[in-house]
Amino acid sequence: MSDSYYNPKDLKKFEDVGEFGPELAEKFFDYYGAVFEEGALSAREKALIALAVSHTVQCPYCIDAYTTESLEKGASEEQMMEAVHVASAIRGGSSLVHGIQMMNKTKDLSM
Amino acid sequence: MIKSLKTLNHDLSDPTYQLDVLNNYSESLRQQPKFKEKLEEIDLFPLRPTGIEIFQMNVGYMCNMTCKHCHVDAGPDRDEIMTKETFEQCLEALRNSDATTVDLTGGAPEMNPHFRWFVEQVSELGKDIIVRSNLTILTTAPKYQELPEFFAEHGVEVTCSLPFYNKSRTDRQRGEGTYDRSIKALKKLNEIGYGKEGTGLELNLVYNPTGAFLPGGQESLEKEFKRQLDRKHDIVFNNLFTITNLPISRYLNFLLESDNLDEYMDRLITSFNPAAAKGVMCRDTISVGWDGTLYDCDFNQMLEMPVEDEAPKHISEWNEEKLNDRNIKINQHCFGCTAGDGSSCGGATT
Repeated sequence: MSDSYYNPKDLKKFEDVGEFGPELAEKFFDYYGAVFEEGALSAREKALIALAVSHTVQCPYCIDAYTTESLEKGASEEQMMEAVHVASAIRGGSSLVHGIQMMNKTKDLSM
Repeated sequence: MIKSLKTLNHDLSDPTYQLDVLNNYSESLRQQPKFKEKLEEIDLFPLRPTGIEIFQMNVGYMCNMTCKHCHVDAGPDRDEIMTKETFEQCLEALRNSDATTVDLTGGAPEMNPHFRWFVEQVSELGKDIIVRSNLTILTTAPKYQELPEFFAEHGVEVTCSLPFYNKSRTDRQRGEGTYDRSIKALKKLNEIGYGKEGTGLELNLVYNPTGAFLPGGQESLEKEFKRQLDRKHDIVFNNLFTITNLPISRYLNFLLESDNLDEYMDRLITSFNPAAAKGVMCRDTISVGWDGTLYDCDFNQMLEMPVEDEAPKHISEWNEEKLNDRNIKINQHCFGCTAGDGSSCGGATT
């Protein structure tokens, strides 16, 4: 039994999730591959979006994978850090914007 | 001055040791499939030439730079330089060769004292000429600053190293100040028409990853380099060639020191692409060493793996028919040319 929840080596086994359900895994990986192809957005832009989302969902596998992917696709360190700040701003902002709800409720309850 | 592995008498300056590291350094490397096995799986072993189109000459390991990823282990402290006699033997071979292109590399090929004379001679033969320039050499002594005009006069294609479109990453790989000097050289090349539409003067950039990762899509990277260099410096160029770093010499040293070797080799091997294997450059290239020894490619040259015994081993024994009938020598480093989109001196191969 594993003595930790995350093992870096598990990232390479991602496709093994098909072992317990091949049909859905196949559909997922086909879709996944198509999503990251060069399209209206470049592969580099998609890698940077994925890097930002990886930080939002705080997935260590995804952070490793999309740091490498961003480097490979030609993103600079500055672009990668800006992507992380975008994630951070949205996460922070999403907390802060709820402050309006708090204020509304407070005003409803207050004399 | 940063010293070469050879001057430092480093273990990795020994090609036999390098090959041993690639095959046996760790349990993970020992368990990896061999390159030969991967070729056998796709009926490509023994690997055979398709003909000689590119006559690549390494005219010396001397260089004004000491880049961290250099597979040649080149530097100012390397004194192996091609002599005029060997150049003359190359000319004789070229007169009897179907090769269409002469590809001059080093070190910094411009530093060979016979460089200009040889370019003039090849130009008269009507062969295409590529010079692999590190760019910074073109900003040093006046005799090198004049070279862009000389290149233009002889229609030489300039293929130059620029690992990234910003200063920090370029300088980390190639040394402090490299980016600024490279930009200065590119501007000069642009000024005389290199990289500009309609001039016929070809200016290509070579991208090497600045770390333990593979190059992404060549087309996409080219677009980004063009966008960034145009926006920041008003620089234009023709093509970007993505080249995978092969795990030998100084790059192998980096992989070992940064504890990335197992992971990098695994990445190369799991990314083995049969289409890239079919298009590897050693099938249409011959590599001539500074002393005239013949190799299947510049990487085999650095690993001191000359062409097989049955083939002519020296430029003075040139026989194209026999060379086209040889088996190409391979080892684990070859996975660098077959990963992903493939890699060659002309970039991706698929």
